[in-house]
This record gives sequence, structure tokens and C-alpha cells, in this order.
Amino acid sequence: MKSHVWRPLYVVIAFVVALLVFRFFYVPNDFGSGKRGFMYSFHRKSNVMEWKNQPAKYGTSGRERMHEYCSACHGAIVKLRSEKLHGIIPCEDCHGPAKNHPEDPEKLSIDRSRELCLRCHTDLPYTTSERKRIPGINPKTHNTGLECVKCHNPHNPSLEGMK
Amino acid sequence: MERREFLKKCVMVIAGASVPLSALTLIDPKKVLAANPDIQWAFLVDTTKCVGCGFCVKACKTENDIPFDAHVSRTWVERYVYTKDDRRYVDSPNAALYGFTESRIDLGRGEFKEIDPKNVGKAFFVPKLCNHCSSPACTQVCPVGATYKTDDGVVLVDRTWCIGCGYCIMACPYAARFFHPVLHVADKCTFCYHRLSKGLDSACVNACPFGARKMGNIHDIDDPITKIIMNERVGVLKDEFGTKPQAFYIGLAQEVR
Repeated sequence: MKSHVWRPLYVVIAFVVALLVFRFFYVPNDFGSGKRGFMYSFHRKSNVMEWKNQPAKYGTSGRERMHEYCSACHGAIVKLRSEKLHGIIPCEDCHGPAKNHPEDPEKLSIDRSRELCLRCHTDLPYTTSERKRIPGINPKTHNTGLECVKCHNPHNPSLEGMK
Repeated sequence: MERREFLKKCVMVIAGASVPLSALTLIDPKKVLAANPDIQWAFLVDTTKCVGCGFCVKACKTENDIPFDAHVSRTWVERYVYTKDDRRYVDSPNAALYGFTESRIDLGRGEFKEIDPKNVGKAFFVPKLCNHCSSPACTQVCPVGATYKTDDGVVLVDRTWCIGCGYCIMACPYAARFFHPVLHVADKCTFCYHRLSKGLDSACVNACPFGARKMGNIHDIDDPITKIIMNERVGVLKDEFGTKPQAFYIGLAQEVR
């Protein structure tokens, strides 16, 4: 063959070789597909462990186990909670994530805002929804500007025991 | 041989031959399970229990470091309101991060619609998240192999490998994916994979006071969640897309998609 054919062909071959060399070094060698095949799970396999090793922030799962965990130190408060009312709310919903508490964070940041209570206790006119079972107020007229915890006890919210 | 006897024997042979050998061996469900002992995570949402408090969204954003002020979320709660004059409204202000504290409907672009309380027919809340489909459209379209389905059925994104092209965000029929505003990669619900592998519930399941969100292994027939999915009337979202979603819903309405 004449050199005018070979010369561009050399360029192409060199390009392909360079690409393969680059690919050899760039693509991690644990790239592959799981048992779901190439179509749905072509991935870098060590990434699964990376996700598993991410630190968790919220603590023991399940309402009962959480109460158990918290009552080891805060027994009096946990006992105060009425099972039928706010006893269904996991402690961490208002007190914040506490996986490694009391080491880290040493002190939890409690959300005492009016907005937190209003998530459930805003009166919405939805008679068919489960929401209607929860006592609701109109936030625009009910003691505006005051924190709910000034009058209501969030651990035992029954109106009889009001401050 | 007498004629009567001959006929009797003929009937016996035909009846005996018509029973295949495999029908005589008893199938042991435990053996069938042992052949496929792995974990397949599935989600169960009981929409009848949801009150729209949004604690799940708050817990999810906290656990997974999604900025509170960014208008993206791995999970969200939708509100459906049907009026008596046959109008339907759906909204999810701020992905319900702060719950639903107003009765007016957020129409988007700063517009709101106040609905007369007497006109409200029915209303309910529907929590949503990634469906972790068995045939996920999002993982198919990834050009670099950065998103994939794990062997235990969770769809994940490889953050170091994702180039942020956004194909998967477009491909998801459920709009469950978004562009992470800080890391600049595609992001989505991981079923809290880091928590599952530590034996914890996912953050949203953990945070729900009403038990509207649950998670289980659908390859384990003794799992209470599997029992509900098998025995009760559950539905999935956008079944017609053929993605085989693994998030099951109790109390779905036609409008919820």
C-alpha cells in the first residue's frame, strides 16, 4: 500500500491505542454488573460499601426502642408521656437527631417553635382525613406570637394538666 | 380376563398415568425461599394514616444533608383536595418540609387558591419517594454507569462517578430524582441504605408518628410488611410505565400518580 493510505491509518491506530491506554488507567477495575445484569446495574462495585459506611444521625429505630433508649437517662420525662397522645411521636422529631448523644452532639437543639406544633395542630377543613382526629387551632387567631410550650406541656398535652 | 375386570383395570391405568410425577412431590415453601434467600427492600405507604405533618421530610433532609432552603427533596408529601363542585387540587408547598399549615392551595408561581371549607369534599395526604423500581428507567439511561440497582433492590447513585448530565432526572417517571445543589450530582432517595445496613429503619420511617411509612424485605414471607403487600389491597404508582415500582400504597386514588 502507498504511504498516503498508511499515514492517516497510523493516526487512527494511534488514537485507538491512546484511548485504550487511557481507559485502562481511568476506569476502576471493580467496574462490573451485579446479578441484575448490564442493563440495570453496571457500576463501580466499591460504591455500595461507600454508601453503607455513611454515618447515621438519627438513633434507634422504632418508637418503643427510642423511648427505651432515652429513658435510660431521661426516665422521668419519658414516663410523663401519655401513650395515646404525644407518646406516638418519636423523641427525635422535636429534640433533633441523637444517634451518638450524649457524646456527639453533647446537647440536643430542641425545636420549641410554634411552627413545629402547627405541622399537626393547624385546623384544616378535611373531615375525611386522619388529620381531623387531631385537635386543631387557627394559627392566625390562637394566641398569635406566643410559643405553644408557654401554656401547653408538649410531653403530656392533655388540657387538664395545663400550666 | 372378564370384561368387567378388563374395563376396571383400564380405568385405573389411565387415571394413574394421567398424574404427573411432579404433582406427587410436595412443594416446601421454605425450600423455594432458600433457593432465593436474598433481601429485596420494599416500601409500604399507608395513605389513610398520613396527616401531612412533614416530619418525614424534615428527618430525611437532616439525615441525608439536603439543604433545607433548596427546593429539592428526596421525599415529599402531596395534598389532594377534591371540592364538591368536582374540582381537584394538588400541592406540596416546599415538599411539605414544614407540613401543611395553611388551608389555601399553593398553585405555584406565588399564586394561591383559597377553598371554601364548606366546599371541600374529600382531602388526603400522600407521601412520595423513590419507588426503587425493579426495572428502573433511570439506571438504563446513565451514560457512565454512575447509577445502578444493588443486589438487594436499592437504586443508588455513585457520587464520585456521576457527571451530572441529568439524563436520569429526566428519565424518572416519578420525578424522584433531582440535581444536588451542593455536590452537583444527581441525587435521590437511597432508602437510607447506610441505616438499613446498620439495622436501623430509614429516617422517614423512623420519624413518622402515625406509622404511615414502613419498610420490609419482600423476599421474606414472614415479614409483616410482605404480609400486608400480599394480603391487602395495595397499588403502585404509574403501573403502565412498566418500571415495576417497589413502593406500595394503601388507599390510592385514581388521581394519585
